[in-house]
Amino acid sequence: MNKGKIVFNNPPKIISTYSCVGSEEQKGPLGKFFSYCSEDNKFGKDSWEKAESEMQRLALYGAIKKAGLCETDIDILLAGDLLNQCVGSSFGLLEYDIPYVGLYGACSTCALGLALGASLYSGGIAKRVAAITSSHYCSSERQFRFPLEYGGQRTPTSQWTVTGAGAFILGDEGRISVKEAVFGISKDMGIKDINNLGAAMAPSCAETIKTYFSEGEKSPSDFDLIITGDLGYEGSDILKDLLLADGIDIRKNHTDCGILVYDRKKQDKHAGGSGCGCSASVMSAYVIKKMEEGELGDVLFIGTGALMNSLTMCQGQSIPAISHLVRLSSSEV
Amino acid sequence: MNKKEYTEYVEKKSKKSPIYKNCAFAFFTGGAICTIGQGLRDIYSSLTGDEKITSSLVCVSLIFISVLLTGIGVYDKIARFAGAGTLVPITGFANAVSSAAIDNKSEGYILGVGAKMFIIAGPVIVFGLLSGTIYGVIYYLAGILL
Repeated sequence: MNKGKIVFNNPPKIISTYSCVGSEEQKGPLGKFFSYCSEDNKFGKDSWEKAESEMQRLALYGAIKKAGLCETDIDILLAGDLLNQCVGSSFGLLEYDIPYVGLYGACSTCALGLALGASLYSGGIAKRVAAITSSHYCSSERQFRFPLEYGGQRTPTSQWTVTGAGAFILGDEGRISVKEAVFGISKDMGIKDINNLGAAMAPSCAETIKTYFSEGEKSPSDFDLIITGDLGYEGSDILKDLLLADGIDIRKNHTDCGILVYDRKKQDKHAGGSGCGCSASVMSAYVIKKMEEGELGDVLFIGTGALMNSLTMCQGQSIPAISHLVRLSSSEV
Repeated sequence: MNKKEYTEYVEKKSKKSPIYKNCAFAFFTGGAICTIGQGLRDIYSSLTGDEKITSSLVCVSLIFISVLLTGIGVYDKIARFAGAGTLVPITGFANAVSSAAIDNKSEGYILGVGAKMFIIAGPVIVFGLLSGTIYGVIYYLAGILL
């Protein structure tokens, strides 16, 4: 296997996508792009964990329906979230009679699902793959930080977990294809602050991007958009610095899902959005739409995940991070 | 860049908390809570005339207000600006206990509320009692020896 860039011989197309988000995301600048917005962040359920599972279920249901397919047309589900043992995905997708693989890549899960799905398709193992990813602000806060009603102050570098889910169905029809991928190598640069995950993830993201461009065929200016998810404001600045030091300039066409999802001035979300539902919902709603409309042709998407849990944090261990890359292309290159 | 250089670079680069603004907010909100406490004390004192009962009533009232505001989802919004101003007085302790109780209700009254209620306030109780005990022992010994 090539440890660098993987070029899919038989790249899958994105048949359909579906996103569902909570009320805060609806109020953000991308509000009108999401397929389904719920005013009720509990999605009609009685716990936050059940709400997250419901988002997974809705996202897959929506994507299958939008594609005009039925459950039996999907060969495999690749799904992940941030909850312990990935219960958001496994419980939410329980009603589907489709082989299920649970993924954990923290906030890189959406890119991981797309890269794995494309590998399965390209290798001829699956004809149609569904990749679903979610996160919920309330279930994540409970697991990683403080109770929701606890009166604490957030530091300016902290990010806000997005309540959202995104589903992609990969197969043989559609304008956009998943052409290439890079599976990242986890990297720990000694950051211990759970309120500065952007800084913890930026080095691994830079490493994955460097790996992609190391073969020299392409340069950042060949892409309409290089989008990371989710480094936020802090991590994005660091990423650009790190890459510039290695002669890779992404300043002109880079943005981050965590930057796009909330209004910095009006929504008081500090360093931006995070959580694997952030990149999943932003990619499946906004970026794919812009690609379908022809505004964006060639896009590099790098999912970045911080791999700590609450026990490693209490033990004072630093935060390793992982970044996976996929190249989405709607042009006939 | 090695790990040490990177953490130093991040330290320098990261946006810092607005300390002066936070201190000012904490000063005024903390002061406001204490003023409310003093107002309650004056009222209770004139009603009961008993210093001990008055102190207890003031604490209970502030705790009640804090728990009520936590329950209706207002306390955390005030605390976002007030910071230490709402954290340090007895209201902060009440919020830490009640917010954890509310949050863990979904796991039931025993394994959720009962077990997790003191997840934030627990260390304060443990080390508060411990230091109180140590102080008591020293006080007792000093009384015998001196």
